[in-house]
This record gives sequence, C-alpha cells and structure tokens, in this order.
Amino acid sequence: MADLQTAGAPERQAMPLTGASLPRQAPLLAVLIAGGLAALLALLGVIGWVAAIFVGWLLLMVGLPLWSRAVEGGRRSVDRGVTLLVWSAFALAMVPLVSLVWTVVSKGFGILSSQFFNNSMRGVLGEGGGIYHAIMGTLIITALATVISVPIGVLTAVYLVEYGKGSTLARVITFLVDVMTGIPSIVAGLFAYALFALFFGPGVRMGVGGAVALSVLMVPIVVRAAEEMLKLVPDELREASYALGVPKWRTITKVVLPTAVAGIVTGVTLAVARVAGETAPLLIIAGLTTGTNFNPFSDRMATLPVFIFYSITEPGLHADAMADYAWGAALVLVAIVMLLNIVARVVGGFFAPKTGR
Amino acid sequence: MTVTAPPVVDAEESTGRVGDAVFAGISRGSAILIMLALAGVAVFLLQQGLPALGNHGEAAYGKDNIWAFVWPLLFGTLLASLIAMIVAAPLAIGVALIISHYAPRPVAKVLGWLIDLLAAIPSVVYGLWGIQFLALNMVPVYKWLEDHAGWIPFFEGPVPNSGRTMFTAGLVLAVMALPIITAICREVFAQTPKMHQEAALALGATRWEMIRLAVFPYARSGMVSAVLLGLGRALGETMAVALVLAPTLIVSFNLITAEQSSSTIAANIALNFGNASGSKIDTLIFSGLVLFVITFAVNFLGRSIAARGRKG
Amino acid sequence: MIRTSIRRAVVPGIAVLALALTGCGADNETDNGSGGGSGSGDSSLSGELSGGGSSAQQAAMGAWAVGFQDANSGVTVNYDPIGSGGGRENFISGAFPFAGSDAYLTDDEGELSKAEKQCGGTVIEVPSYVSPIAIAYNLPGVDDLNLSPATLAGIMAGQITEWDDPAIAEDNPDADLPSERINAVHRSDESGTTENFTDYLDAVAGDVWTAGVVETWPSDFGGEGAKGTSGVVQTIGNSEYSIGYADASQTGDLGQANIKVGEEYVAPSPEAAAKILEVSPEADVATDTQLVFDLDHTTEEAGTYPIVMTSYLLACGSYDDAKTGELVKAFAEYVVSDEGQKQAAAEAGSAPLSADLAKKAQDIVATIGG
Repeated sequence: MADLQTAGAPERQAMPLTGASLPRQAPLLAVLIAGGLAALLALLGVIGWVAAIFVGWLLLMVGLPLWSRAVEGGRRSVDRGVTLLVWSAFALAMVPLVSLVWTVVSKGFGILSSQFFNNSMRGVLGEGGGIYHAIMGTLIITALATVISVPIGVLTAVYLVEYGKGSTLARVITFLVDVMTGIPSIVAGLFAYALFALFFGPGVRMGVGGAVALSVLMVPIVVRAAEEMLKLVPDELREASYALGVPKWRTITKVVLPTAVAGIVTGVTLAVARVAGETAPLLIIAGLTTGTNFNPFSDRMATLPVFIFYSITEPGLHADAMADYAWGAALVLVAIVMLLNIVARVVGGFFAPKTGR
Repeated sequence: MTVTAPPVVDAEESTGRVGDAVFAGISRGSAILIMLALAGVAVFLLQQGLPALGNHGEAAYGKDNIWAFVWPLLFGTLLASLIAMIVAAPLAIGVALIISHYAPRPVAKVLGWLIDLLAAIPSVVYGLWGIQFLALNMVPVYKWLEDHAGWIPFFEGPVPNSGRTMFTAGLVLAVMALPIITAICREVFAQTPKMHQEAALALGATRWEMIRLAVFPYARSGMVSAVLLGLGRALGETMAVALVLAPTLIVSFNLITAEQSSSTIAANIALNFGNASGSKIDTLIFSGLVLFVITFAVNFLGRSIAARGRKG
Repeated sequence: MIRTSIRRAVVPGIAVLALALTGCGADNETDNGSGGGSGSGDSSLSGELSGGGSSAQQAAMGAWAVGFQDANSGVTVNYDPIGSGGGRENFISGAFPFAGSDAYLTDDEGELSKAEKQCGGTVIEVPSYVSPIAIAYNLPGVDDLNLSPATLAGIMAGQITEWDDPAIAEDNPDADLPSERINAVHRSDESGTTENFTDYLDAVAGDVWTAGVVETWPSDFGGEGAKGTSGVVQTIGNSEYSIGYADASQTGDLGQANIKVGEEYVAPSPEAAAKILEVSPEADVATDTQLVFDLDHTTEEAGTYPIVMTSYLLACGSYDDAKTGELVKAFAEYVVSDEGQKQAAAEAGSAPLSADLAKKAQDIVATIGG
C-alpha cells in the first residue's frame, strides 16, 4: 500500500521552481543517442553486439550526467547518474530472470494437457503419464507444513516483539531462530526421518514427515519476517489502543497483526515458495511413488520437486519424455506457488486495515 | 505482562483478562516449541556428526583427517556465496528501489509480482537453467577473461567448454538470492515513513538525496537482514550447486576452470549422501554440522549489526 | 469479536475443502488401481512393496514395477534410488525388504554378517541388472574411436591431454584427430559406475592408473566432474572435445568408443557385456544363495566388452512377515525371469542375463520363503 503512494511522490520534484533543467525527454534522448552510436559501431563491424551494448551503456553513463552537470549543476547530475545506475542494475537483474522464466515456460508449456494433469505415473513408461499424484502430494505436504509453521512462527514473533521484549527467554529464542535459519535442508530431512523412525520404525515414509521437515526450514523464515514486520508497527498505534482500554491480546490481534499482515503474508509466501521447491528432505522422508496417495499419515507420497529431480537425474531410456515431464512439472510448481501468492495477497488485503482517503 | 508467572495465575491476579493470559501463554509456548525442535536437531547433528572427528583415510574420502576433508568444502562454500553476494546485493537493492521509488505505480506492481514468481522457482530448476543456459553462454566471457586477465589467479583457466565453473555457480546463487533480497528490501523501503521522505523533498533534495538521507538510514537494518537471508540461502543451497559445479576436494581461487574448482558443503552432501554408508555418513553429517555453525555465525553477526543500526 | 476469528478460519478452511473436492484419484488409476484384481493379472497378491538402493537400477526398477503391477494389479512397487550404500544400509536395518546394490555384500565393514543376522540366516544376492559402461565422447569429425586400455587410462589419469597424441593416433590410424585439449569427464559423486570403471582401469592398466579401485574420483587426476550419469552425459554433450564414462543405455546420440580386448576393438553392446559374466569367476563370498562375481576385466575372450556394471538384487531367505516374503519372492522371480529381463532390456537398455545365469538366479530366488 505504502509503496504505491511513495512511488508517486517524486513527481512533485519534477516541477522546478528554480534553476535551469534539462528537457523532460532528456534521458530518452540520451538513451537514443548512446544506443544509436553503439548500434552504428556494431553495424560497421567495429565491435560485437555484446560489446556494443556495453559501449552504449558506458556512453550513456558518462554522457547524461556530464550534460546534466553542465546545465543543472552537480547535485542534479549525481541524481541523474544514480537514476541511470539503478535502472541499469534493474535491467541487468532482469536478464537472467527473464531468461529463466522463458526457459521454464517455453520448455514446460508444450506438455501441458488434461492428461498431464489428470494422470499419474503408475504403470507408465515414457509418454502417456501425468503429474496428478505429484501435484496432490506437493499441495498436501506444503499445506500441512504451512499449517504447522505459520501459527508457531507468527506467535513466536508476537512473543518476541510484544511479550518477551528484553527478557532472557526472548534473547535465547532469537538466538535459536538464527541458528535454525542455518540448518541445511538435508539435515532437516534427516532429523525428521530420525524422529519418525523413533516412533514408526526404520524405513518409515510418510507425507507428514515431509511436512515436519519443511516446517523446520519454514519456521525461522516466518519468525524473522513476522518479527521484522511487527517491529515496524508504530508504538503510537499500540499506545492509542491501550489508552482506549483494549486488552493487550486484543490490541495485538486487532491492531498490531492487521497492520503488519501484508508484510507477514509476503514473508509467509516467500517461506512457502522456498520450501515448496525443496527436494532433499522430501527425498528422504516422503519418498517417491508412481501412484496417487491422499493420506499423509501412511506410505510414500510423490511431490513435484522430487519428481522433477528424479526425472532429470535418473531418466533411464526415456530421457526426452522424462525431461518434458520435469519441465512441465516445474512450470506447474511455479504456477501453484504463484496462485498461492495471489490468494495470500487477496487474503492479506482483506484483513489489512482500511486506509480511508 | 510479566514473563515469569504461570499465565493462568497471572490472569486471575490481574484484571481478569483470561484471554490476555491465554494468548501470552500460547505465544510463549510456540517460542518454547521452537527451542525444543532445535534441541532435537542439535542433538541429532552432534550425536551423528561428532563420531566423525576421528575419521581419516577412506572414511574421510581419502583425506588424512576430517579437517582436511572439510576445509576445501568450507572454502568453496564461502567463495561461491561471496561471489553471489557481491553480484546480487547491489542488483537487488537497485531492483527494490525501482519497485518502491522509481517505477510508476502499475509497472512497480507487475515487477513485484515478477520478483515473487522468481522466488518460487525450485532450486532444481535454477540448477537446470544454470547448466543448460547460463554456463554455456558464459563460456565466451570466460575465454575472454582467460586471454586478457589470465595473469590474475582468479582467471587462470583453462576454461571448460561446458562453462561449469565456480563463477557460474556463484552467478546461479546470485540469481537465486536476488528475489529474496529484493522482496525484503522492497518491503522495508516501502515502510519508510512518508513524512521523512516528503520533508526531504520539500527541503529541495533530489530523489537520490532523499533516498540516501531518508530511506537508507531507516532501512539499514532491514537491508542487512535481507542480504543475510540471501546469504543464508546461498550458503545452504544444495541442488543448484550440485548440478552446476564440477567439484573437487581442493582449495582454489581459480574461478573459471572446471578442473581445479572447489565444491560446497551442501552440494557435496547431496552428491555423496546417496552412496555413503557407515562412517562416511558421519563424515558428511559432520560437514553439515560445520555448515550449520558457519551459517549461524553469519546470521549472528548480521543480527548484531542490524541491532546496532536500530539503536543508532 | 469472536465472529472475526471464525472468519479467519473460514478462508483456509475453504481452500482445504476445495483441495479435498478435487482429490478423487488419477484417471489412469481408476481402471487398474485399488479396485483389486480387476486388472489383467489374476494373482491374489496385494499390498505395497518398497525397496531402494543403486540409482543405476532406477530405470530398470521402474520398468519392472510397471511390468509386475500389470500382472498383479493389487500391488504397488516403489524403489528409492538413494544409492547402493543407502540401499545396503536400509536393507541391513530391515527398512527395505529388498535392495539394489552395485557391489555385493562383503564383511569388510561387517555388512554381510549384519545382513545375515537381519535376515535370520540366509541372504539372497542375484545379478539383476547388467549394463555396459560406455566410453562416450564428443569429438566432431570422428565417428569411430578405438581405444586400447593403456590409452584410455592415460586419458582419464590426465597424462594424455591432446586429441592428436601419438597414443590415440596409434589406435586410430585412419581418423582425423584434431589438435585440441581433451576434456576428461568423470562422476563427481561417489558411485558404483566409478568403482566398476576404475576396477577395470586398475586391472588392465595398473601402471598408468595408479589410484586403484575407488568409488570417488581421485582429485589429483584432474578432469571435469559432473553429478550422476545424466550429468556426465549432459556435460559431454554440451562441450566438444570431451570424453567420459557412463551407463551405455543413457549416452543417447553420443559416440561410444570401441575398447581393445585381445586383438580386436569391441563396441559396448548388451550381448558383449552379458558375456563377461560367463567368463568371470564367482567371488570369494559367493554361496548357494549369493550369486556374485568378480569380473574378469583382463579377459581376451573375443566379442566380450570388458567395462561392465553389474548390479545385484538383495533379499532375505525368509521374512518374519509372510506377506512381505510372498511379495518379495514374486517380485524377485519376475525380475530374473526372461520376461523381466526382456522388459528391462527394452525399457532401460540393460543386457539380459544369459539363459544359463538366469536359470541359476531363478533357482535361487525360488527358495525365498515366507
């Protein structure tokens, strides 16, 4: 919410009351000139296209601030330089990201069909199968992990920020949450396996074990995100609520949490996204099977990451078909997380305090 | 609310707010649950990992002692993560600034979604993209570096045609960490009090000065914890590195070769856990313990920096 | 006030409900799945059988699971390709009723006696998956590459570094060898493939290959490492002038070098690979129920391909749980049957056991009791 309003703020600054300034189209003009020169060099065959982009960028980075310095003075020139730099960083960051998304979409899109979504791999070699079993497994296990870790994580953050501030226990917990962020995912899987093997004997495989392993990874992320967001809630809000005689727990549930809910939802979404693609722990405790299993409390459960991993690493003779499955499954996994993200944001917006205005 | 008294008694003694006591109790209970879970993991790690201290020879993958086995991996882990952070942190802050302050509102919204989407891509896929796209396309760059900057130990080569090098691994980690760092930075930037920003602008500050004077000081602790969360992901990342890197148990600063490049702890566990048995499992879990300690140290450091920033 | 808390719970509740509603079984499972006995198979077997181990056997196990489930529609077979070591570990602890392993059980680390204890006496070991390890290469302009053992060892040990080395030229008098650096690719993970390959190098060219028999590639010899068979194949495919070793069934379009045996160069065909088990002696630990071999890599028998991966099926002679025993027996019988071996050959590219060997294996697994 807030970022959208601040995004509009700089517009006001474009209304100069004093001093000369470059025309509004100056940056565009500079980009065109620098780009044109570089393209010319490349066309003449002096340098390659990659080098041309670099030269063009260099021209722009030097040219526009210099022009600005001549007309508008040093501070404006620095501002323009930084603006260029920030946009360049952005463009540079987008190159791998776009190529990655493109790779996943272009390679994964071809296989999507109703058969792909409605079939499992039971009795299938090569073509003709689907990932229904893995989709269900991922949904069930991730949902369970979220159900376990979000309450624990958010409540812990509430304790740290609202109740335990400064106490020894809070300091110890903060410390331990930091420790937990460092648990390698494979260790989380081994831990869950050891825990379940205690109760169910060796060789145990069940979906809920995967959920526990994922929770070990997810809880610290949720705690940290929630803690950071709760700290950003202004004390004035709490004090205003107390002044009205509202008990502390109602203040937290009605004022503090709703204020921070957008940030917490983002944190949770990131945590879900992080664990939904986790392979190593699920490999150990949830295993892989070719059929569909809806019961997380017994037997193996296929999940998308494990399915992707094995389709790529152990494809056997049908390597091409399996690679298609893997990319299709990757696309579906990304889409599922994206969908969760949308739902989470809608829910978050639903509970966020209404900002009149 | 006092921390020491049992919640129920506490509630009855105070103004009868049972709800308050229950809520406090529940939240404290969750915190303690985390403690128990962690104790479980720690006991497990120590119990399984410590016996490996005396391992040598075959049990330590041909090394004289356990430290000779862990050190190259530790070195590789730190090197890859360092490359990733050097590349990712400035880019992520740039992207976050674009979303929070530079881009027009609708564009920013779309970009925010795009970044979230990237955080959702499973690491196996990053690994696949790393070997099948990035590594191959980086080969000409590496060749150029080898020819023109080969005298620097980092770029000695020889460059493999597959492009599977430490530098590629660092770049893949950077791409993976980027969405995480960006998402948190963006959130923190957006939380900067609008009054501060508008005051700066009203005093005639340019946009950059406003960001430097109003946004960055406010967001410093958030930015540090964002970078550290990204680093945490880079340090513990398993599958992507395992797929991209051509690992050897060796300490090498050579970033653009496949033949003499270090591996990382997490990737090594993933590579070898499947086929390990007996004392080798202990060795691998011990290396996991080392990774655990290192990641914790990084986090702890970041925590204290962030805390100091908040006070100042 | 309480109403809002309920509202809070309603949203995820609806999500879960929606999930549950969509969950009604995969299309392809409704006809032969839990219905039980409605499939083509008329057997009375049912239940779930889960084992694991060697990742080399993964493709074959997948094929066997499909074939076995076709005949016994009430059974689900799972296989975790967690690696041979993991497979043996879990087999010994009783977690897996059966396992796949690239190496047979020995008492070097006490595994055999522990397994015997777990099984209550008899351990069953039969070769289930035999596949040639191909020397795959990516060398533009050279369609046919011949290598003698010493040359191969020299390349892999990092002593022969250029493709136009005289040693390679001597093996390939007609080929137009480029003057390029050789990129030797190896498995970076610990693997049975590496063990079988170095076992071969050690046996035939011990003076060049000085690292002995190892499961993890020695770092002193350089070369590029890649994870798993698919990683090696991909790396070779992606980079010109590289060469490496991988399960022959998975090398795809890559060239496969012919290896010198005796006086001729032999290509890695399933038949040539299956032949080596016939000429190899049984291992020291072999018993009536443990059909295990020490491969004779130095054989000069014509038409034998010497670099072969043999993977075993591990099972117990008897099981406490009669139902498990029944399932393991039926599955093991299927695996070593002609039908099962053909299925694996067609779907996983393995070399079917020779008739003689298959008979022996079938006799052994027939002794598994409940």
